[in-house]
Amino acid sequence: MSHTEGTGSDFETVSEASLSREERYRQALDEHVLAPLRIVWSDWRARLAVFIISIYVLMGTVGVMIVTPPSPNQGPLLMGPFQTLAHPLGTTFSGQDILSQLVYATPPMLKMIAAGAVFTVAVATVIGTVSGYKGGALDSGLMTITDIMMTIPGLPLIIVLAGVLDLKGDPYVIGVLLSVNAWAGLARALRSQVLTLRDAEYVEASRIMGISTPSILQKDIIPNLMPYITMNFVQTARGVIFGSVALYFLGILPYNGVNWGVMMNNANSKAGAVSSPQAFHWLLMPMLAVIVLGLGLTLFAQAADRLFNPRVRARHAESVAEDDGDGPGEGPEEGGGAQPTGVIQ
Amino acid sequence: MNYIAKRTAQAVFTVFAVMSLTFGLIRILPGGPTDFLRARLIRQGGLSRAQINQRIGALTNVNPDKPLFFQYVDYMTSILQGDFGTSTWYGDPVSGILLDAIPWTVFLMASSLSLMFVIGVTLGAFMAYREGSKFDVSSTVVSLVLNSTPYYVVALLFIAFLGYRWQLFPTGGRYASELSPGFSVAFIASVLYHGALPITSLAITGFGGWALNMRGNSIRVLGEDYLRVARLRGLSESRIALRYVARNAILPMYTGLLIAIGGVFGGSIILEQIFSYPGVGYYLIRAIGQRDYPVMMGGFLIITIAVVIGIYIADLTYGWVDPRAERGGSRESY
Repeated sequence: MSHTEGTGSDFETVSEASLSREERYRQALDEHVLAPLRIVWSDWRARLAVFIISIYVLMGTVGVMIVTPPSPNQGPLLMGPFQTLAHPLGTTFSGQDILSQLVYATPPMLKMIAAGAVFTVAVATVIGTVSGYKGGALDSGLMTITDIMMTIPGLPLIIVLAGVLDLKGDPYVIGVLLSVNAWAGLARALRSQVLTLRDAEYVEASRIMGISTPSILQKDIIPNLMPYITMNFVQTARGVIFGSVALYFLGILPYNGVNWGVMMNNANSKAGAVSSPQAFHWLLMPMLAVIVLGLGLTLFAQAADRLFNPRVRARHAESVAEDDGDGPGEGPEEGGGAQPTGVIQ
Repeated sequence: MNYIAKRTAQAVFTVFAVMSLTFGLIRILPGGPTDFLRARLIRQGGLSRAQINQRIGALTNVNPDKPLFFQYVDYMTSILQGDFGTSTWYGDPVSGILLDAIPWTVFLMASSLSLMFVIGVTLGAFMAYREGSKFDVSSTVVSLVLNSTPYYVVALLFIAFLGYRWQLFPTGGRYASELSPGFSVAFIASVLYHGALPITSLAITGFGGWALNMRGNSIRVLGEDYLRVARLRGLSESRIALRYVARNAILPMYTGLLIAIGGVFGGSIILEQIFSYPGVGYYLIRAIGQRDYPVMMGGFLIITIAVVIGIYIADLTYGWVDPRAERGGSRESY
């Protein structure tokens, strides 16, 4: 881009090249969506992860249309897996097809995941960025609340709430309930990232120009945090899956349809799958469904972690007109990098 | 000193907030515990309204006849005096049931947490030192797979195979029923034997995350300039590994450790259920099935208090390990 000369002050220079609206959108798409996707795609873990996640999404959308819904006496009782093509994963003690149950449990699970992850990420982003950017008393207040929410053990809180509240089996509500305090850890991590950004020159410039705080956060701060937020979206999704299956297994959450955790519960309570080898496949299949989806999401989060690395970003930014060069950097000193994900939150 | 005072205040405030939350859950929610208990007492018949409210007060520490504020004060003071109400199912004081159970939960969780942390940190450090080797790659894959397996799945596999099918480990209880508690070798061995499966199932699924994290941090530290300086100074390799690499790589994981304390204690609920291990989580789940609200709220409070104490201890040691922890609070606000 060149500048026209001699029109008085530098401030009045007008760029010669002008971008049409369509070109601007295409550039933004390239910078914010395609380049990150290319980075993620260059990693074997990501390709495997995308493959696994697509299978589950297909199962939840197309699969429901193809597979016949589970009903009692579809086949022989408690048939083992891999014996006939009609019931590839075997049947339950009432003769329901296990594959069909697995497939029909997927759509509510996907809704739950989406609700929980969106809720967590939205709350954490608002609290984390506002707190980190504004500072002062607001920061102390918000962080005190965050610390308290972070300290309260999540699973007992969810169980007590589920025991007291009169829940219907709506997957969206349950998804939000399952991540009721998952936002706290993310909000803290985002806040410490914002602390490294709040005094950057371009943020200071926006501030001096009198741009409102919400616009500064939206335009200057949050875009820099997007990779980290994406990664945590995936981690939260994983937490929601593990938590929901656990609580359905314990028989605490209400349910309308079939669910992997409910299958495990039934296998255990109705056929004693833990102690009887004949029914073990009924317990094993939903567990495998959880493990594989969990693995897919973990791999995706691991690969998305590479988005953090400015050098990897730069290498893939060739087709991008003007890349900002340095992203949010490696994590700041506290809470940097991926948090260990050993146990559910 | 300021740091310690702040942390103490925060720990106390957290417990206070959770106590208020349980009060709110008992008292305010429609269709909640008070309504449920009242319906049950009315069904039993023969009681006046005041008597019913008194009975509810005795069970939950919340007497609906008094003004809301006094109900709150009564509830808070009785909990501070260690009175968590009376179980509607067992008829015993809740504090007795839970105080008997909490040491066992703490034992399980503290052992598995320290086990997974030690294994993870050691493995991660070795992986970082041998970055790119076969050992590194295979450990990464194992860590990833184990880390994406929920601990209760491993617990179910353990109890199905090691417990029932091959009968190598007990499938329930805290210790063999014929032993009496005491500091005898047989008793301690039995406790460890009964705790082995729950502890291992948490540790085995948990260490992977720590290992990957430690690996990443160590690799970053290994590339730092001050490490080259340390090498040029001719410091011994073990001193560099422990004082320079390990210390700086573990520090950022402290926040994760704080979160993990809560996660691990929460996990106790599911594990104790699977292994029929009578800890706090075991009673909490039973209480939900039996609609035994005093035990439910008491169990939740006790677990939270245990987590707060755990985090408080970790926090204090953090200030001691990392002197920078006392910084902060001097930023300009916009």
